[in-house]
Amino acid sequence: MAWLLLLAPLSSAFLVWVALRRHPRASQAVSITASLITFLTALGIALGRIEAPASLAWIDLPGLRVEIGMTLDALARLMLLMVTGVAFLIHVYSLGYMAEDPGRGRFFGELSLFLASMIGIIVATNFVMMYIFWELVGVSSYLLIGFWFEKNSAADAARKAFLANRVGDFGFLLGILTFWATCGTVAFHPEAARALAGNWLAPIVGLLLFCGCVGKSAQIPLHVWLPDAMEGPTPVSALIHAATMVAAGVYMLCRIFFVLELSPEALSVIAWTGGITALVAALIATQQNDIKRVLAYSTMSQLGYMVLAVGCSGTTAAMFHLTTHGFFKALLFMGAGSVLHALHHEQDIWRMGGVGRKMPLTFVTFGIGAAALSGIPGLAGFFSKEEILQVAARSQPVLFWMAAFTAALTAFYMTRITLVAFLGQPRTDVVRHAKESPLVMGLPLIVLAGLAIVAGYPFFGIVRYLGGQEAGENSLLVPAASLTAVILGLVAGAIGYGRASREPIAIPLFQRKFYFDEIYDWTVLKLQEESARLLSWIDQWIIGFVLVRGGAFVVSLGGEVLRLVQAGNLREYAFVFALGAGGLLFLLFGR
Amino acid sequence: MGTPTLGHYLVLSGLLFAIGLAGVIARRDLLIMYMCLEIMLNAANLSLVAFSRFTQQVRGEVFVFFVITVAAVEVAVGLALLVSLYRMKRTTKAEEITALKF
Amino acid sequence: MEGFLFWFLAVVLLGSAVAVVVNRSPVASALSLVTTILALAGLFGLLGAYFLAAVQVWVYAGAVMVLFLFIVMLLDLKAEEAAPIRTLGMGAGLLTVILLGAGFWHAIPASAWEANGARAEEANNAASIGHLLFGAYLLPFEAVGLLLLVAMVGVIVLSKRDV
Repeated sequence: MAWLLLLAPLSSAFLVWVALRRHPRASQAVSITASLITFLTALGIALGRIEAPASLAWIDLPGLRVEIGMTLDALARLMLLMVTGVAFLIHVYSLGYMAEDPGRGRFFGELSLFLASMIGIIVATNFVMMYIFWELVGVSSYLLIGFWFEKNSAADAARKAFLANRVGDFGFLLGILTFWATCGTVAFHPEAARALAGNWLAPIVGLLLFCGCVGKSAQIPLHVWLPDAMEGPTPVSALIHAATMVAAGVYMLCRIFFVLELSPEALSVIAWTGGITALVAALIATQQNDIKRVLAYSTMSQLGYMVLAVGCSGTTAAMFHLTTHGFFKALLFMGAGSVLHALHHEQDIWRMGGVGRKMPLTFVTFGIGAAALSGIPGLAGFFSKEEILQVAARSQPVLFWMAAFTAALTAFYMTRITLVAFLGQPRTDVVRHAKESPLVMGLPLIVLAGLAIVAGYPFFGIVRYLGGQEAGENSLLVPAASLTAVILGLVAGAIGYGRASREPIAIPLFQRKFYFDEIYDWTVLKLQEESARLLSWIDQWIIGFVLVRGGAFVVSLGGEVLRLVQAGNLREYAFVFALGAGGLLFLLFGR
Repeated sequence: MGTPTLGHYLVLSGLLFAIGLAGVIARRDLLIMYMCLEIMLNAANLSLVAFSRFTQQVRGEVFVFFVITVAAVEVAVGLALLVSLYRMKRTTKAEEITALKF
Repeated sequence: MEGFLFWFLAVVLLGSAVAVVVNRSPVASALSLVTTILALAGLFGLLGAYFLAAVQVWVYAGAVMVLFLFIVMLLDLKAEEAAPIRTLGMGAGLLTVILLGAGFWHAIPASAWEANGARAEEANNAASIGHLLFGAYLLPFEAVGLLLLVAMVGVIVLSKRDV
């Protein structure tokens, strides 16, 4: 039964790809059915009705045993439930959002492929299986970002995402190989990692594996692809680049925590990467005008929080925040998508204004999501962010203060986009004629808004499900600091943007995203071109001229010289042969 | 002049072989070179027979028998080649036949 | 008696062999070769290999030499007679003779000079060769027969202009 998790979306993707690409209605039906089946299966697993199936041996060699199996522990079950639930809602939402797109048959097929790969990552029992689905997720993300491939920017964004992910995945692969070489197995078993304990390789393996997370979860310095990935359809941004795929990196860190915990050095690098990403992304988010980009940077920032939590050994906190963030960030993206749908893909918040009055349902649900993300007490984000701050306060005080500041920034930029986009006077004609989105798009918003409210409360039981909080004292400083931060952020946002009709302050550093793209362009242009020129010179002159042609020249010269001997004269041959024979005689019998 | 020993026969055989080889090197006509080749084969035969005689084994003579047969074959085929070469090049000079392909 | 015969035959053998090499006329060379072969047959007889002596005369002096003479007549080899033997070739030949001769001299073990064993007491020489040929060496014997057949076919193919 549990295999349905993988088989349903896979066969849906296959069916759509083979037969139904040109039949949007049929592929919608197939894809949504598949995601519903997946969700119900995940529900059955979470309620304990469905057991984990026996593993199938895929590769069974001396020294390497790779199984295709299913890990269905609490971690996986929670993640499964969140992923399949959000995925199902987004499938439904896409019905409305993509209703007019002629290529939506392909879209639903790719969604199914993504769902299957994501589930593969979650249930993987070993590194190899995880790596396979990890790459599949990368591929489907590439396909979905580039869904509107006739737009150059979309095609470029897809390539950028793929390449950035490749860089991270290469490190991940090296990490897997090193782990296998040291421990002799690829399975996720804490006992298996015993060979690494105290080994100098432990931090290296940990950091190499972390590379995969840096790529997939858009941590600095490989984060550049995530904002560009917003070129994809909004449901894709909601599903892949907010709720699930980018969270896969964090999930992977939790899954392999048994390796990471062997090395405090690796953990602190991870914590710092997360903390810096959270802060930098939040700073950038405060100055972006594209509503989806703000959300994208916000996603990066929240992922930074989760990575920070893992780095502080708070896997439960990380998973808790991952889950609640999955709900409210999907909600925010779908709310934004609903606005874009109504405004004919106008993405600049300064060209909106007053949308709230035209689209009350979208406004209310988006507001709930924004409040949850900002960490306003009583909503899901408050509880999970609190957990992370607690963990950080316990082990990395500096990072705690950075994270608290980031929380203030979060509240600030969420206030900013809510105020600018939804309140005030309509600034363009498009807004004046906007209408509320259809019910298929509204329903998922309502469901997710409900989850964004309740998911954090203890009675909802996410933390209990994960096996309780990390041990340690909760200081009172943390809620105080985070509350202060949230209030400060809200107030600052309200003062700055309450009546603004254009940007009151401009900070180029943040607008230009800390110049990461420029730096990378420069690196590519200068360093890479120069080194390529050097290599080309070496290839042309050292390898091509000296080695290849030089070798050929020496051989042909030798041939020319030897040709003088080989004139074809029989008698010469006989003479030389006789000399050789005589010489041999002396050699053999010479006394 | 005492009874000849194995050594005498071997020296004789070696000299005969050397003369044959010298002929192959010195002469320019393929036909004469063939004759010299025959001399060399015969020199080898002589040493085989001598060994056979002085070690009291008939086997050596059997080998000589085979050598004679093979030499006959070689002469037949070689001379046929020579004739067809001559037809093509109007010569049997070794110097003038320096290519494997015409 | 045996000693005298050996030296006599040896001188004839070497002398006629040198004649083969140095004679200008191919016919003279061929006839010298016949002499060489006959002298060798005599030495075979001296060594007690009567059957081989007979084979030598039949096959070499008979068949092979006839073939040689036939070819000499068939091809017009007058030019060879006129062409001088080059000193370079002669020098190389002499060098070879000296070198190889010395090599063989070295190669002959000292014991060979004492190996003055009794003549093989196999009166019926031809019979014992026959037993070996059709016994232990049956397979090589058949192979040589096949070789002869192949050579025959090959010669016919080579000699015909258009096959």
